[in-house]
Amino acid sequence: MGTLLEIKNIETFYGLIYALRGVSLTVEDNTITAVLGNNGAGKSTILKTVMGLLDDQPDKGTIEFLGRRIDGKDPEVIVRMGLSYVPEGREVFDELTVKENLLMGAYIRRDRGGIKSDFDRIYGYFPILKQRENQWAGTLSGGEQQMLAIGRALMNRPKLLFLDEPSLGLSPLLVKEIFRIIVEISRQGVSILLVEQNARMALSISHVGLILENGRFVMKGKSNELMQDKDVQEFYMGVRSEESAKGFQRWKRKKRWR
Amino acid sequence: MFLQLLLSGLSFGSLYALIALAMVIIYKTSEVPNFGQGEMAMLSTFVAFTLLVTYGHSFAISFIGALLFAALLGAFLEFVFLRRAKDPNILSLILITLGFEMVLYGVASWKWGADQRDLPFPVSDFDLVNLGPAVISYLNLATLLVTLALMLLLFLFFRYTKVGIAMKATQQNPMAARVNGIRVNRILSVTWAMSSTIGAVAGIMLAPVATLDPNLMLEPLLKGFASAVLGGMTTLVGSALGGYILGIIENLFGGYVSLEFKSIVAFGIIVLVLCFKPSGLFAKHYIKKV
Ligand SMILES: Nc1ncnc2c1ncn2[C@@H]1O[C@H](COP(=O)(O)OP(=O)(O)OP(=O)(O)O)[C@@H](O)[C@H]1O
Ligand SMILES: [Mg+2]
Repeated sequence: MGTLLEIKNIETFYGLIYALRGVSLTVEDNTITAVLGNNGAGKSTILKTVMGLLDDQPDKGTIEFLGRRIDGKDPEVIVRMGLSYVPEGREVFDELTVKENLLMGAYIRRDRGGIKSDFDRIYGYFPILKQRENQWAGTLSGGEQQMLAIGRALMNRPKLLFLDEPSLGLSPLLVKEIFRIIVEISRQGVSILLVEQNARMALSISHVGLILENGRFVMKGKSNELMQDKDVQEFYMGVRSEESAKGFQRWKRKKRWR
Repeated sequence: MFLQLLLSGLSFGSLYALIALAMVIIYKTSEVPNFGQGEMAMLSTFVAFTLLVTYGHSFAISFIGALLFAALLGAFLEFVFLRRAKDPNILSLILITLGFEMVLYGVASWKWGADQRDLPFPVSDFDLVNLGPAVISYLNLATLLVTLALMLLLFLFFRYTKVGIAMKATQQNPMAARVNGIRVNRILSVTWAMSSTIGAVAGIMLAPVATLDPNLMLEPLLKGFASAVLGGMTTLVGSALGGYILGIIENLFGGYVSLEFKSIVAFGIIVLVLCFKPSGLFAKHYIKKV
């Protein structure tokens, strides 16, 4: 088992906003790693920084993918190394058909035969996409767009897949379905870095979980252990523990992490 | 009479359509109306003229040479001027295109002067083809056919080639394009090269009916721009239709109402469109899902 991605102490700024304050993270082969955190914690920023989407960022720290430095590289270069990204909010090409969207996912490939079999594989995961093949992506439902965005990212045959909140805006049933497929994808040998608000689902399918707050990781552990953790249950999974008066306990629990 | 006006309107309209297409292709990718488009075409037409008259090459070679020049010029201008602007707003982009409009105009005036020249064209403007109730000159017919062929090529390009689809993808979502490995900068170069080439075809087809001097494209550019606005600025088919509609209306107006004010029709139409349907006649009202 080897390390695919190694992020060391990165710091990212949006202008004067200090969004990542020293983040380190490794993703191992054949694992699902989940990053959890509230709105604005900086989850998406980690993915964008690694993908090279933020000009001149990370400001500090290093990122290695497959043993090679990728910080400061352009996304066009990084995807070619085998890193795919499903952005938050899907970002499909609205006025391209489903088929064309998938074709763009395979933009960097030349092997026609392989591309064709990957079309079949993705239509196997998401049969609805096959039915909508010649429809504009912008006219798909949110859930279908999410499937398309995942399918498009897979067309690049990545070694590592970034998923930014795949459950966003989907019905519980569809969330289940998507997560089932994420597990299946990872079984095919694709490692996954999953950013989620839905902690329960994310922890239930991942091997390792990390919790981000204000641009720093405050907790890290095996996912099944994190699921048992009282703090995680209370703050991220909405499980109520014995309430004390005036929210005193809440304050105390938070304190423990710092 | 009506048919006759319609027919020659179509022929002029097809030139407007080409210019409109050239502008829209850039507008969709770089999000700027390229006011240098006319001068790029004018300069390329002069290159054709020089190859043809000064160096005595065949028309085919001169034509192809001019198109190559146009493609390089387009890619060069994008690379040297537009790409340098960091986080530009629309106003500064427009200023940049106006800037190289003036530079190119200056270059042409310096190199070829203000003399009016004739671009010898292998197809006659005077010999007529009889089409039943109306006649059309060989040149107008050629213009119509070349334009249609070019549009068909464009359609096939955007529909079936990987680069064409990638170009549309880049226009719709540059970020997503990049993370799929599409080299957006390269797409921009190709876009400008293509657009410039289309403009050059318009310039060369126009030169024999107009006179070749640095002002060649001033009015046609405005008409082409008007057509693009008429068509909605964002759809290729719409802007081409806009060109044809403008050509026809203008010609009918010239035939039935007043020849002197023919040129003003375009601007009347722009004003009307902007008042009643600012998004253009053919813009798709497409609502983005959140
Ligand atoms: N383009 C930007 N310009 C300025 N600040 C930004 C920008 N993008 C994000 N930020 C800020 O950086 C911080 C982290 O944002 P980020 O999008 O990474 O959060 P997140 O954890 O993904 O949140 P969510 O779960 O809501 O998607 C936030 O405070 C946000 O306001
Ligand atoms: Mg986010």
